[in-house]
Amino acid sequence: MSSPITIALAGNPNAGKTTLFNHITGSRQHVGNYPGVTVDYKEGRCRVDGHDCRIVDLPGIYSLSPYSEEEVVARDYLVQERPGVIVNIVDAANLERNLYLSCQFLEMGVPMVIALNMIDVAHDRGIDINHKKLSELIGVPVCPIVARSGKGVKEMMDAAFALGSASQKWQPTHISYGDDLDAVMLEIEQVINNEAFLTELYPARWTAIKYVEEDEQHLRQGDGADASVSTLLQEKVAEVGSHLSQTLGAEPDAMIADHRYGYIKSILRQNVVHRTYDQNRLYTSDKIDKVLTNRFAGPIAMMLILFGLYQFTFTYSELPVAWCESFFGWLNGMASTLLPDGYFKSMITAGVIDGIGGVLGFVPIIMFMFFGISLLEDSGYLARVAFMMDRIFHVFGLHGSSVMAYIVSGGIAGGCAVPGVMATRTLRSRKERLATILTVPFMNCGAKLPVMALLIGTFFSQHNAMYMFFFTVLAWVMALLVAKFLRSTLLRGTATPFVLELPPYRFPTFQGLLIHTWERTWQYIKKAGTVILAISILIWAMMTFPGLPQDQQESFQQQRQQILAHGNGKNGSEELAEGQPLADEAWQEELLLVDAVEAEAALRYSVAGKIGMAIEKVSSLAGFDWRINIALLGGFAAKEVIISTLGTSYSLGGVESDDVASLSATLAAEPDWGPVRALSLIIFVMFYAPCFVTVACIVREAGSWRWGAFSMIFNTVFAFSLSTMIFQIGKVLLG
Amino acid sequence: MAKILLRNMHKNQSGIIAQVKVGGELGQRVREMGLVPGTKIIVQGRAPLYDPVALRIMGGTLTLRNNEADHIVVEVEES
Repeated sequence: MSSPITIALAGNPNAGKTTLFNHITGSRQHVGNYPGVTVDYKEGRCRVDGHDCRIVDLPGIYSLSPYSEEEVVARDYLVQERPGVIVNIVDAANLERNLYLSCQFLEMGVPMVIALNMIDVAHDRGIDINHKKLSELIGVPVCPIVARSGKGVKEMMDAAFALGSASQKWQPTHISYGDDLDAVMLEIEQVINNEAFLTELYPARWTAIKYVEEDEQHLRQGDGADASVSTLLQEKVAEVGSHLSQTLGAEPDAMIADHRYGYIKSILRQNVVHRTYDQNRLYTSDKIDKVLTNRFAGPIAMMLILFGLYQFTFTYSELPVAWCESFFGWLNGMASTLLPDGYFKSMITAGVIDGIGGVLGFVPIIMFMFFGISLLEDSGYLARVAFMMDRIFHVFGLHGSSVMAYIVSGGIAGGCAVPGVMATRTLRSRKERLATILTVPFMNCGAKLPVMALLIGTFFSQHNAMYMFFFTVLAWVMALLVAKFLRSTLLRGTATPFVLELPPYRFPTFQGLLIHTWERTWQYIKKAGTVILAISILIWAMMTFPGLPQDQQESFQQQRQQILAHGNGKNGSEELAEGQPLADEAWQEELLLVDAVEAEAALRYSVAGKIGMAIEKVSSLAGFDWRINIALLGGFAAKEVIISTLGTSYSLGGVESDDVASLSATLAAEPDWGPVRALSLIIFVMFYAPCFVTVACIVREAGSWRWGAFSMIFNTVFAFSLSTMIFQIGKVLLG
Repeated sequence: MAKILLRNMHKNQSGIIAQVKVGGELGQRVREMGLVPGTKIIVQGRAPLYDPVALRIMGGTLTLRNNEADHIVVEVEES
């Protein structure tokens, strides 16, 4: 048996490509990454007529231009991997526009079957398509299908298999681009054929088109292959280009695009499409839009829908999150009782289990959030949100589609930056996407809330709600301003065109939603899990080693014995053992106090403590002493850790984030603490380095560890500047 | 018949694209979505803040920003 043939699925976004892919492969699919880019790559298997086939799902694209990662990935795949056949999925109700991409596949000459999807919807809209005629005119098989129900898919796959297994040369279709261009194209083709220029990769015709379009990626490739031929071709194009712009006022690439549509129109006019109604007639979907994008009703509906998504995610994930927590709590308890005391036990409980628990604790939130987002995305509503919000976001160098990521991250206080960063995938432009990824961690996520609640509750208790609202607004303002800053410095570049399709509203398929949700959740577990475990152990080690020196440990041990001796009266010489029943509650408390003082001393003595004290000189500018420094260092693991670490450093023993009364009282009594310091700390916690789960996601989504490092350093410097400013001004104002 | 910029068209007004005066990425994006000379469009509406604009074209809905619509000349019935 020969190796299985490869069938590549290609088509416009919203043409139903994913639905078809899910239908063909079912659960036999997996996600990969193209090297160096963040575009996902999906692959699956299926059987046609007893033969194994590999199905590759290419990203959804409108064209084969070099402007977006998706497009470059798709065309590189076709050229380098040479799939046996491509299935070009086309929305039957939107045939004319969808054929623009098909047209480019024809020009490339790759063996192709056109799957005319949603033929039922088209029929309901009074559009009847003579697919046999269409197939005859463009010279490739055309199969009507309904991907959602699977109707016609088998016949289509049979046709694709037949075409794919008959190995053949790529046969480009010749389309006329007007006399001037046709003439120069012929000349160029001749040169290409004579010089065998890139002919092992592309048909001569395709290279000629790409040179006329002045496609940068192709020109670079051509320069690398044979600089002299490439220059000759570019000269010919420049010549005809200047002639064209003088006579017709049009650039060659524009002429080509116009003629592609001309070709499509000329084909469709030959009795291929029969319409019962006017083409631009409004359908149910458009009537829904009259309300949902209405000037007044639209924004209100949007608030309600987004708020609903929020409620759904954070209310329903509460229970599974609690299960996760109690499971890891149980595991921790088991480990504590089973393992002998010492560093190994401490590493397993505080490093490994807490670390993994931290990662898996997010899983229910991510699953619910992505289920909700997939629902909005697949139904078509997300495109409307982008449409309505673009005006605002565009001012800050972002895109209407950025709004979702901000909201998920805590735009309504209490979100989470992890799914927020992952939600930026709906953004197509790299720079806008990066600016969004780097600023969403400024939002007030659920883990920052307990810290803020503690400080606000302690120092600004009269205006609790008002302060909370103020900080939410502040997060938005700062995030947008920093995005604007990044877009005018590091990520400078023109805005991506907002030429966006508003697809008709559709009911998402349940299978699609589940696959979508699971995919993203699994990616998170896999990628985040490994990095986070390592960092979690590192942070544990920093806060544990090098342990108290022998003499100090002995002194604490003596104190314990004294307490026991005191309590037991004459039996003071008795050996102390763990778990020995203690008769009096008073001792127990005194013993706990000694434990807490020892923990504080150990923390102060640890690497983290030393760092905390070393940077006190600088951090005191913002009003932070070594205790706060250690807490903030721990907060890198997860922001709520700030509270428990602060508790330890004030000798309070372990403080749970939901029981902060004692810590609050301690802080209120400390002379060093006051509203200015609290405000400075709140601001710092809001804006400094994201927790490392988020950083791991940033690295993954941005495609480089550099952006992860950038976000840690930049955010910390930014937050520190703000805090310093507040502390210094506050000091002057309040004397 | 008069030629006006797409930006200046009002809601529910229809016309035929006469010229697309932009190249590069924006030019490609605009053209690949079907905004080429000879195509009929209807302005479906504008976003709550008057930008972007939504169009009916070739049986589908498309949106673009006003500053992008500035590059598109449309032939409309004199009104």
